[in-house]
Amino acid sequence: MTKEAIYEKLNEVFQDVFDDDSIIVNADTTADDIEDWDSLEHINLVSAVEKEFGVKFTMAQVVGMKNVGEMVEVILHAVS
Amino acid sequence: MLQALEYPFESEYILKKKKSIKKELLGEKTKRITKKIAVLGGSTTHNIVEILELFLLNYGIEPIFYESEYAMYWQDAMFRNEELDSFHPDIIYIHTSNRNIADYPLLSDTKEMIDDKRYQIKEHFTCMWDKLREKFACPIIQNNFEMPFYRLLGNREAFDIHGKIHFLHQLNEDFYDYAKEHEDFYINDIQYLSSCYGLDKWADPFYWHMYKYALCVPAIPELAFNIANIIKSIYGKNKKALVLDLDNTLWGGIVGDDGVENLQIGPETSMGQVYSEFQEYIKSQKELGILLNINSKNEEENALAGLKHPDSKLNADDFICIKANWNPKSKNLVDIAEELNILPDSMVFVDDNPAEREIINQQVPETVAPVIGNPEDYIRILDHSGFFEVTKLSEDDRKRNEMYKANSMRKKQEQSFADYKEYLKSLEMKAFIAPFETLYLDRIAQLTNKSNQFNMTTKRYSRSEIEAIAGNSSFLTLYGKLEDKFGDNGVVSVVIGEIEGTSLHIRLWLMSCRVLKRDMEYAMMDSLVEKCKKQGIETILGYYYPTAKNAMVKEFYALQGFEKIAEDEEGNTTWKYEIPSDYQYKNEVIERG
Repeated sequence: MTKEAIYEKLNEVFQDVFDDDSIIVNADTTADDIEDWDSLEHINLVSAVEKEFGVKFTMAQVVGMKNVGEMVEVILHAVS
Repeated sequence: MLQALEYPFESEYILKKKKSIKKELLGEKTKRITKKIAVLGGSTTHNIVEILELFLLNYGIEPIFYESEYAMYWQDAMFRNEELDSFHPDIIYIHTSNRNIADYPLLSDTKEMIDDKRYQIKEHFTCMWDKLREKFACPIIQNNFEMPFYRLLGNREAFDIHGKIHFLHQLNEDFYDYAKEHEDFYINDIQYLSSCYGLDKWADPFYWHMYKYALCVPAIPELAFNIANIIKSIYGKNKKALVLDLDNTLWGGIVGDDGVENLQIGPETSMGQVYSEFQEYIKSQKELGILLNINSKNEEENALAGLKHPDSKLNADDFICIKANWNPKSKNLVDIAEELNILPDSMVFVDDNPAEREIINQQVPETVAPVIGNPEDYIRILDHSGFFEVTKLSEDDRKRNEMYKANSMRKKQEQSFADYKEYLKSLEMKAFIAPFETLYLDRIAQLTNKSNQFNMTTKRYSRSEIEAIAGNSSFLTLYGKLEDKFGDNGVVSVVIGEIEGTSLHIRLWLMSCRVLKRDMEYAMMDSLVEKCKKQGIETILGYYYPTAKNAMVKEFYALQGFEKIAEDEEGNTTWKYEIPSDYQYKNEVIERG
């Protein structure tokens, strides 16, 4: 799967979880950029991303993700 | 009702889409009751509250939540907390887990030390429950303990006093003892839920260490659904009747084509066994008071022949209405509802055929038509749907089938009388009408939550509230029992009036639809007037608040001789009755005991 394809799918997941069709994420997107993205919503986001890509993150991976770019790297690694 | 929230639901979808699901639910124009729910957590509860809200909205209950700060369940209950006190919950849910137990047995502990640890934990919880009951007098829903996800002593954990598993089972027993001894106290059985879900997945430590959730997030919809089922049951929103298809639902094969002798039912074949087990399950629902009915596309003769199959656990006598004909099933369903005098929203339509379920979904959307899967799934899906969650087990419920059967006999007899009054007299009815008594408080509370049609104000009361009113001299209360030559109907009518000076304000007047058109309402009025006279009350004020379901009693007070004195734009009306000194008794057909 290409990075572009991953971003495309991620946009949909973010739009669903935060119920906002205008969200477009990029590598630098962080929780500060999306109003409803707090620590409590983070877990739903992680679960939805796991489901979408059919992957399971380890605790270390989840703790390590600092922005969307790092999340994409982890997904890329898991699906390739 | 949203299909997405009906069992078997897709948890991941609910979690992902919860915001849009909520919008959709709030967009539905259904009438909901509002309830204040305090969620006291021993771990993170954020997602639990959000998902619980969806399931409750789907059941017609709009929750307002109080959520304790992280893991502050005990502090919130035991100490003064302005916010919780002024919130004054209608229901309290205590979400604790085995993560909340600090002091487990150690291998070096003696039996006495372990007993003491058990006692300390039991006290920790029972003091809290007592305190909450005293402060808020409302129903409490308490998690039991799920099992730990590891076993230090292996299989020995089950019986060794040092084993965590043994210890948790004992604590659960302590919880159950409390539940047995106290009204309005309910166990949310997460021990069972986690087993069904798979304990290793349920207890995934990832979610505890990352977010302090005591269960994995994907399991939260299962948990929330279970809690919602208890709550909807407390507020009388259980289903009442099953409407069952025959061919490939209660037996394998098509009786009209295959013939009775070739039906799959009974011990000879695997499929036959599956259907037998399902029939047994349905038969035990009947013992609980669930009304069984048949809705089948068949010649009636064939349907009845199928039920006479020697291996059939169910026979024609087990059913109240049997509709076996070629009418659309939606029409049969509505007819059954009318005959039983219940609303379509309290029926469950069970049919293996997706096309028939779709017709019901389209034509009678209030009736739920679960996707029951393959024959081997039928029991699990019906059972886990929680349609009939048993929070109260009353004698009345168990007798309900007999009562409805007697009702259909009365209907048959009714047709043989030309004069309705003569018919009523022939029933040899006896009513017993008196102020609330302890013995009937459960049934009275149940009626206030279940009666929708013959209900002037549709005000709901918990058992605790009913108990408080029964002991309060500024209230005048009446319950009415009715029996006749066909059987005892039990408590069927309830009136609650609040006394102000020489006036009585009727806060609640309801009657069970099983005794409609029996003049019981007049017997109640006669008793009410007698009581009023004794207490020096001169004026009775009645109130009618319209709902989607109670149009039948819109003019009730007019029939009783009240005068309408006010009406607002929503159709709420106020009625007044000056008690005449020469009051004429209205009931002429029921003997009062």
